[in-house]
Amino acid sequence: MRVPLEWLREYCDPALDVRGIEERLTMTGTKVEAIHHHGVGETERFVVGAVLSVEAHPDADRLRVCEVDVGAGEPAGIVCGAPNVAAGQRVAVALPGAVMPDGRKLKAAKLRGVPSAGMILAEDELAIGGGHEGIMVLDALAAGGALGADPRIEPGTPLAGVLPIATDVIELEVTPNRPDCLGVYGVARELHAATGAPLAPEPWLDDPGTLGPLTGAEVEVLCPELCPRFTARIFEGVTVAPSPPWLAARLSAAGQRPINNVVDITNYAMLLTGQPLHAFDLDRLAGARLSVRRAGDGETVLTLDGQERTLDSEMIVIEDGQGPTSIAGVMGGGRSEVHEGTTRVLMEVASWHGPSIHHASWALGLRSEASSRFEKGLAPEQCMHAQAVAAQLMVQLCGATLLPGTIDVGGDGPAPARIRLRSAKVRSILGVNVSVEREREILEALDFDVVADGDDLEVGVPPVRRNDVGREADLIEEVARIDGLERLPATLPARRGAYGVLSPVQRLRRRAVDALVGRGLYETLGWTFTSSAVADRLRLASGDSRRERAVSLQNPLSEEQSQLRTSLLGGLLDAASRNLSRGASDLRIFEVGTVFLADGSLGDPPGHGDGRLHVGLDGVRRQTGVAESAHVAVLLHGRMSPVGWREQQPPRADFHAAKGVLEALACALRVSVECVPPARPEPFLHPSRSADVTCRGRPIGWIGQLHPLVAEQWDLGGEGGQGAASTPAAMELDLDALLDAAHAEGREGAYADLISFPALRRDIAVSLPETVLAADAIAAVRGAGGRLLADAHVFDIYSGPQVGEGRRSLALSLSFRAPDRTLSDEDVAPARRRILEALGEIGGELRG
Amino acid sequence: MIERIAQLTGEAQAAIAAASESGELEDLRVRYLGRKAELPMMLRAVAQLPPAERAAVGGEANLARRALESLLEERLWALQAAELDARLAGDAIDVTLPGSPSQPVGRLHVITQTMRELEDIFLGLGFTVLEGPEVETVHYNFDALNHSPTHPARAKTDTFYVAEDVVLRTHTSPMQIRAMEAHPPPLYVVIPGRVYRPDSDATHTPQFHQVEGLAVDEDITLADLKGTLLAFAQAVFGEERDIRLRPHFFPFTEPSVEVDVSCFHCSGSGFMRDGARCPLCKGEGWLEVLGAGEVDPNVYTYVPTTERNAPGYDSERVQGYAWGMGVERIAMLRYGVPDLRLYYENDIRFLEQFG
Repeated sequence: MRVPLEWLREYCDPALDVRGIEERLTMTGTKVEAIHHHGVGETERFVVGAVLSVEAHPDADRLRVCEVDVGAGEPAGIVCGAPNVAAGQRVAVALPGAVMPDGRKLKAAKLRGVPSAGMILAEDELAIGGGHEGIMVLDALAAGGALGADPRIEPGTPLAGVLPIATDVIELEVTPNRPDCLGVYGVARELHAATGAPLAPEPWLDDPGTLGPLTGAEVEVLCPELCPRFTARIFEGVTVAPSPPWLAARLSAAGQRPINNVVDITNYAMLLTGQPLHAFDLDRLAGARLSVRRAGDGETVLTLDGQERTLDSEMIVIEDGQGPTSIAGVMGGGRSEVHEGTTRVLMEVASWHGPSIHHASWALGLRSEASSRFEKGLAPEQCMHAQAVAAQLMVQLCGATLLPGTIDVGGDGPAPARIRLRSAKVRSILGVNVSVEREREILEALDFDVVADGDDLEVGVPPVRRNDVGREADLIEEVARIDGLERLPATLPARRGAYGVLSPVQRLRRRAVDALVGRGLYETLGWTFTSSAVADRLRLASGDSRRERAVSLQNPLSEEQSQLRTSLLGGLLDAASRNLSRGASDLRIFEVGTVFLADGSLGDPPGHGDGRLHVGLDGVRRQTGVAESAHVAVLLHGRMSPVGWREQQPPRADFHAAKGVLEALACALRVSVECVPPARPEPFLHPSRSADVTCRGRPIGWIGQLHPLVAEQWDLGGEGGQGAASTPAAMELDLDALLDAAHAEGREGAYADLISFPALRRDIAVSLPETVLAADAIAAVRGAGGRLLADAHVFDIYSGPQVGEGRRSLALSLSFRAPDRTLSDEDVAPARRRILEALGEIGGELRG
Repeated sequence: MIERIAQLTGEAQAAIAAASESGELEDLRVRYLGRKAELPMMLRAVAQLPPAERAAVGGEANLARRALESLLEERLWALQAAELDARLAGDAIDVTLPGSPSQPVGRLHVITQTMRELEDIFLGLGFTVLEGPEVETVHYNFDALNHSPTHPARAKTDTFYVAEDVVLRTHTSPMQIRAMEAHPPPLYVVIPGRVYRPDSDATHTPQFHQVEGLAVDEDITLADLKGTLLAFAQAVFGEERDIRLRPHFFPFTEPSVEVDVSCFHCSGSGFMRDGARCPLCKGEGWLEVLGAGEVDPNVYTYVPTTERNAPGYDSERVQGYAWGMGVERIAMLRYGVPDLRLYYENDIRFLEQFG
């Protein structure tokens, strides 16, 4: 909402400059977004001039040389190109030093050799209208009553006193609950309440029209639920002409282009009252009747801009005897518009159901000053405010005769609420004291009707605030925003019994993320949005739940963003691909984020039962039909650490590099995870370089190198010509499950004495058939080791002639420990024997 | 005899002083103090001397021997130290070469880093952290937050729909209701999380992050909101920051406010030292950072009283405040990130700068 300050000050004129007004409005709830200057600068350089003589220019047919009395001693010589300039006229003159609306500074100049000490002005040069047919003749305008000034204005009079040639314009952010502030008078009322400066009477108090029946036109409203009020008046003997400068100037400053007096009056009345109007040429209204109805689904209407629009039954059309003339509240039709020859005008002012207008204007892509007001829901009472203002101006500016009576379907709205305001409640909500006298003063300034009752107030709500104020809390807000907010002390709540601590699972999640960052990985954030095309590129088969159960949006921004991700991998691949295309070579990235499956089967919902506070998220799935789960995913590409002057060949990302990250993560969380050959290889992974990740025997994700066809889809494949074996490595885990397991294992906190009696370490090398996995060997060792065996792991492998074809040697490190003594070789001999037997059973032979 | 001792001592002292490496000292020890050397032999021969001389010669020879021993010892230390110094000097390296092997260093995403920082501030103020679902029902996202059935935010232009009554949450506020359903007052919670709105340009991404706050107790005032958010503003933007509350409108708070923080770029003056308008706050002196207010009493009516939250939330018995802050916006202000889309491009050169 753009409000010319000059206009605002007509209704409320506090002794404040524009910055002061900005501050008061902003701090009381009507935020000033920007301050513009409209019109000219250096206003003292604009004066009224009297044309003394006009002579032809010696060297230019179109130019005249004028002697103009500008109130200085000597007349000014001014060259002018307008055909209508004549001796005896009062004209608007810009003197050298004047700043024109486009910022150009006027200088004394020579035009075709003749000096010109200024410029005689046309309307458009002052940004107060479109007229450039000729200069403005002030005495003619004054005689027509268009200036409100004496026809014989003294030369040298400041032009600003005669014409609105400059004003500051404040641009307001009006919140959706305050459509009454979409009118200058509504803003003036706010300024009045915010500053205490007097408020002029409502401009619609003086209504030249009458109520009661009107003959000459008929209106029927077939959908009163969408049209609470419809009013109309008839004007005859209308002369359509350009608007006077003051009106054109105000509209221009408010951001509306002047068109003609009738259309300008509708815009002016809208800008003043907040209520849009529409002027019909009554002679072009077929049957002189209007009918308001819901549109049919698929019904088409030709709008003013020549476009055919397809409507639905939530939209409203206004039609005459020949069919639809406009889409109510959104756009008029061409057929019955006011034009130059119009003499009879039907002035329509109606109230529309806000959501219907919102729907229509968005669905049709037609946003206008009118629709943006209607969609917020205007009070039916405002219809008659606009009718009154329009009637005044139609009579005054168009020479129109107003027929008696007003068509009024619907009438005023329901009686607004009366609300009790308790002073004690005001204090208890705000935390600052406001006197009951001050409360009363504020509410009355805002047009509330207030009756005192002890310490409390009985408050009647003005109709224009009906939708916004219905409860005591709303009145407290009215008081607070005018007086209270700026005085609030800064206190802290008592916080009885409240203490802030992360839940164990929240702490574990931070630790998981920190562990990955600590291993040199960068955290990324990918898009929740994805598409089935990504599922294609990941080679997900039909029937794969990550494809079949993807949640689709009804209203996506684009096809590429039409589904919710079921995996974090696509986002990591996008990030990797983008970075590589921008010149990066090595990448170690991860993401922690939510994935979504329709009608959930992500396994059991996470417990989250550990926190001090939690909400039952297992119930959410039943409510939304969508199961959400936090995942963590990692992508490694290229070298695992930077090249250095001593490390020309750092290790490269491959399956075991990823597994190292997995183990670091699990170790940080103190949870054990296993990699097992995949039950069914993931379609996007290298089939013989991938594994299922399990935790406590339950699958929680996958790990592996990318399938070369998938790597190729993201331009990540075969770098260095190393083929399929060199694809990037990745993993993705159900983080909720991992954290729950970590929390359940709870391996932190209870002290164990590992110091008093050191462990006994024994290494063995055992030759095994190649088909025996390391995990099988370890499982055999663990199974046989008994309670003294504290740890067993592989620390080296060897295959070659010494162990023979089809076999390999595993070097195992075994640790034995007893809680109450230092172990000797004799102590562990039985365990060692059992371990060797167990290894023998799977084909193992002790070496060396 | 005595003269001979002095003479030997003098010789030995000169030889020790002249030794230039530790190996020579061993030769000197043998020469002057070894079994066959003159001084030890004199000592052994003391018994053969006349009794009157024994004490004097024996004493003198002993003194001389000890003096030479300690002199040898000292000299050995000195020479060995010098020799070690010389060896170490030969080990010289270029200390300005890079560390090796160089350790890869990762980074938290700036959004995660900012969210953690916000969580930590409010943990310190006594709040507990809750998370909630990103796919929500219309009931929790709009109805229970006092949005009228025709509120424009419900439109498909403003909200992503998954089903007729299921949406991607447009704010973290639905968790206000879920938190109150699950717990009795007093309640002090913050809710970080990802939210969605169908907008896409330099200052809007269709996904972004918020941190919601909710405190409900017997007597929580708007002044308490101001105190809480002042603490937040000073923790995030600097101790000398001030905040102001401007009236605004949200369906689920009443009174509603927008909260501005005094601009940290121009210290709230709106202008830089050279008189130019502050590019961050555009001369206003204030930066809008979040929306907040006292919980609208209607909101409590959407929270049924159950075993879990008894005695429940009666607006005549409890009152509280709520806020919602945009994490991207806070990070954007703090770090001068010009375009929100950068957060989701994951360019390593961007990620490298934070966390």
